[in-house]
Amino acid sequence: MTLYTAPNTIDIEPIVRAVGVHKSFGDKHILTGVDLEVARGEVVVLVGPSGAGKTTFLRTLNRLEAIDAGEIAVRGERIGQRTNQRGRLVERSVRELAQQRAEIGFVFQHFNLFPNMTVLENIWHAPVHVKREPKATAVAYANELLARVGLAEKADVRPRSLSGGQQQRVAIARALAMRPALMLFDEPTSALDPEMVGEVLAVMRDLAAAGMTMIVVSHEMGFTREVADRVIVMDGGRIIESGYPDQVFTAPQHERTRQFLSKVL
Amino acid sequence: MAFDWTYFWQSLLTPSPQFLNGLALTVVISVVAMALALVVGLLIALMGRSRFLPLRIFASLYIWVIRGTPLLVQLVIIYTGFAAAGLFRFEDVDLFGALIKGAVQAAIVGLMLNESAYISEIVRSGLESVDRGQNEAALSLGMTPLGAMRRIIVPQAIRVMVPPLGNSFNGLMKSTSILSIIGVAEMFQIGSTMSASTFKVFEIYIVVALYYLLLTTVWTLAQTGIENMLNAQAGLPRAEPVLKRLFGLRSRRAAAVAAPVLQPVDAA
Ligand SMILES: Nc1ncnc2c1ncn2[C@@H]1O[C@H](COP(=O)(O)OP(=O)(O)OP(=O)(O)O)[C@@H](O)[C@H]1O
Ligand SMILES: [Mg+2]
Repeated sequence: MTLYTAPNTIDIEPIVRAVGVHKSFGDKHILTGVDLEVARGEVVVLVGPSGAGKTTFLRTLNRLEAIDAGEIAVRGERIGQRTNQRGRLVERSVRELAQQRAEIGFVFQHFNLFPNMTVLENIWHAPVHVKREPKATAVAYANELLARVGLAEKADVRPRSLSGGQQQRVAIARALAMRPALMLFDEPTSALDPEMVGEVLAVMRDLAAAGMTMIVVSHEMGFTREVADRVIVMDGGRIIESGYPDQVFTAPQHERTRQFLSKVL
Repeated sequence: MAFDWTYFWQSLLTPSPQFLNGLALTVVISVVAMALALVVGLLIALMGRSRFLPLRIFASLYIWVIRGTPLLVQLVIIYTGFAAAGLFRFEDVDLFGALIKGAVQAAIVGLMLNESAYISEIVRSGLESVDRGQNEAALSLGMTPLGAMRRIIVPQAIRVMVPPLGNSFNGLMKSTSILSIIGVAEMFQIGSTMSASTFKVFEIYIVVALYYLLLTTVWTLAQTGIENMLNAQAGLPRAEPVLKRLFGLRSRRAAAVAAPVLQPVDAA
């Protein structure tokens, strides 16, 4: 039993394709032309100094943040936008965008579990209310996922009674319950006490091994070395370097990468 | 001191039918005005969050004008002022066989307008009290913005909104006592009439005060029940006990419960 079963089909398109992505907040130019392609089953770890735009870029991938220029396609479909009959780029309806987001799991730094629901309800809520799965099916799958992240006995408690590491594992299970094609993680362990980091990384390791496509913002270098197919270094709102973890960590090409790595390694 | 105890106990324990009618009218006006004010207040709060600037401006002006002027003046303008200017006159209407006096309609409208401005602020701050991450989590799971509002934000905001809404309703019940100014025969007005005919001024107003106290106390009990129910649903500790609440002793725990944010346990 694994956390994820990869489909038997082959994607010709990359799962994620970002081309020339720009984003400003007011007059602050945060993303200054990001290009990235991620193939199915790939695990990409995004690193870079604080303020580099890692979170912002990750949020543009499911359009929690709209972009100013460039294009982002997930599984070949522009996210949040489409071209109309006259070839003009227009916003998708909120419903279409919601459907696109439903296929993209997002794990937040601060978990963002729903405090008024039990742990189990957190997991089955969206499958039932968004995907209209029969409740019995959704609850059964929620129980299964909860067992796989090692929290079967916590089904009926409220999230606030869990430790940070446990909450983050529930948040991962919640995202997986929607059976996403892609998982985005924004520093999933940086709000945790050191002794809880391992349990969350273990779940992510299982997920990677099962073939899930993952884009992870993380400064966990051990995890990255072990799991990442590719490391991407962002600085000043763009990608300055990318390659195999060993290659980037031991022989960085870019001076800024060297400076950054000297602080985190 | 000449205090007629016999008259006092008699008025308190066996109030006259007119007095009971006044009491009933006080309750009915309060409840109806509050119910309407909840709807209007919600609309104003939503306007205030709208993407359309004119709606936001309207909401701000509404809140500014209503909260910046006395209820008494608002009532007189609505009932007496409008009629005098020939703009609008509240006529008595027959509703399912019950005669609703024009003054009572004006009272309900006036209280509703006044209360809705306060309620819209309670709703706004209730919605804002829910962490932004909750909305983002809901959106990332594929909910539409409206769905996220309905299923995730509002259920959490309601718990935060009930205590101030309940307190506001308590205030509303007490402010019905100024409706006598437009001639509504509510409890205070009946009391005044009785005092004028019997000269038992002190006794009667004490009785009137005790009945207001009864209303607000009963409501406080009900409100505590509602809060406990909502807290239980959210898996939170009980609201502060009624006795503490009535006698003004606020516990520290209740203050913490009133501001619910899901914090990582290890960061707390
Ligand atoms: N909603 C916003 N409004 C204005 N500025 C923002 C907003 N979100 C992010 N920024 C700014 O954009 C810049 C990049 O932020 P971002 O969170 O993407 O960086 P990051 O690489 O994730 O950094 P960290 O490692 O600290 O998380 C920062 O300077 C931040 O202040
Ligand atoms: Mg970040």
